[in-house]
Amino acid sequence: MWEMFSYPFILRALVVGILVSLCSSLLGVNLVLKRYSMIGDGLSHVAFSAMAVATVMNWAPLWVAIPVVIAASFLLLRLSANSRVKGDSAIALVSTGALAIGVFIISMKSGINTDINNYMFGSVLAISSSDVVLSVVLSLAVLALYVIFYHKIFAVTFDEPFAKATGIWVEGYNMLIAVLTAVTIVLGMRMIGALLISSLIIFPAMSSMRVFKNFRSVVICAAVISAVCFFAGLLISYQYSAPTGASVVIIHLAVFAVFCTVDWVRAKVRKFSAG
Amino acid sequence: MTQKDKKLLSCSGLTIGYENQTVLEDVSFDLMRGDYLCVVGENGAGKSTLIKCLAGLMKPMSGSITHANGLSRRDVGYLPQQTAIQRDFPASVREVVLSGCLNSGRLLPFYTHEDKARAAKYLEELGMTALADRSYRELSGGQQQRVLLARALCASRKLLILDEPVTGLDPLVTAEIYDIIKEINRRHHTAVIMVSHDVKTAVRSANRILHVKHTVQFCGSTADYLKSDVGRAFMGR
Repeated sequence: MWEMFSYPFILRALVVGILVSLCSSLLGVNLVLKRYSMIGDGLSHVAFSAMAVATVMNWAPLWVAIPVVIAASFLLLRLSANSRVKGDSAIALVSTGALAIGVFIISMKSGINTDINNYMFGSVLAISSSDVVLSVVLSLAVLALYVIFYHKIFAVTFDEPFAKATGIWVEGYNMLIAVLTAVTIVLGMRMIGALLISSLIIFPAMSSMRVFKNFRSVVICAAVISAVCFFAGLLISYQYSAPTGASVVIIHLAVFAVFCTVDWVRAKVRKFSAG
Repeated sequence: MTQKDKKLLSCSGLTIGYENQTVLEDVSFDLMRGDYLCVVGENGAGKSTLIKCLAGLMKPMSGSITHANGLSRRDVGYLPQQTAIQRDFPASVREVVLSGCLNSGRLLPFYTHEDKARAAKYLEELGMTALADRSYRELSGGQQQRVLLARALCASRKLLILDEPVTGLDPLVTAEIYDIIKEINRRHHTAVIMVSHDVKTAVRSANRILHVKHTVQFCGSTADYLKSDVGRAFMGR
């Protein structure tokens, strides 16, 4: 099965996929803890819509989707900060609204069903060699920014009021998280699919939090899980000619089950040894 | 030292509220080094709103808060009310306490040796050294408050602003937390501003009382408060 890595498109998918998985798992820990798990889902629908427009107009999809999704993530943050529209309904509004617009625009033009199917469920073939450079640069930038601002992102996630009182620019860091998330979603959704990309944000964080109890271990473990699951998912998808996104998510599901079991067994053992 | 040298913070004519609804009007008081000021009043009197304003979380609608004698806006050790997010947050005690050291406004992406030493010192002072690597979410309510107090001290030793620090704790632990706060106030001359429902205990540790109900009802020493009409009425409940 290792001959698969002699195909350039598989190598491209591997490089971009691992980088995007790392980005999404790091951001995912913060998003899950801030109760923003579904933001990835909302943003990926916006990205879908933006890419649909780009496809119809024959524009470069990434260049259209990235600014649009960054704008949408600002909008979501603003809507959530406003008490009249709560976070979860704000995400649902933006997500379904964008999806509807995307589907409507596509229906205006016939004969592009394969592209749409790819955006919905992902395809390794979607990464062209010109996309690779942009994807690698952007995801390295996301990783670098996350590492540089790691402690402040932690402080803002753990306790916003305290962070604000000590003079940390809380709004700024929230915006940073929003921008990084938006970029990650756009880079990942064509391979994993608009419907499945939010799992790359949620699963590694949830699995890792089952077993690890401090923030740094949770973040590191989430990153490792994410990279390993992507690699395994890619192998399986090649072996069984299955869509990459679905394969990766199934591996994540299995890892989550294993981590839950570990947590459960550990609790039992502790209870038993405590008498 | 004159009175002027001891002044840390001074509020004059503060009016606070949300959008177009005023919660508190015309609040003026001075806070000296080493003061222990307790803000009391009924539910919805605007105590927590005042605290948020003093901690810099919201701007007053009018009036001013002036910091004096080397106290900057960032020199605030704030202990907010606990949020739902924190209860199941995977973070070690050390990670939480260290996050109090981020207020110097520098851009360093890591903690310095001084930061780590400061965090270790306050962990020790609050008797949490043995639990430094434990997970915050596995601690008892009283232990969690100690951790948050250590974090607040990392942020500032000059001024602590405490918003209902004993909510949900049992009487024994409550007394313990009040003792710790009093001890910090005594040992480091840290000024304390505290909001509390529990007036009787609060009055025991504070040397000054600010009683609010939409405006200031009383502001002065604890002894005078106990003699005043408003104080007697409130304590006599």
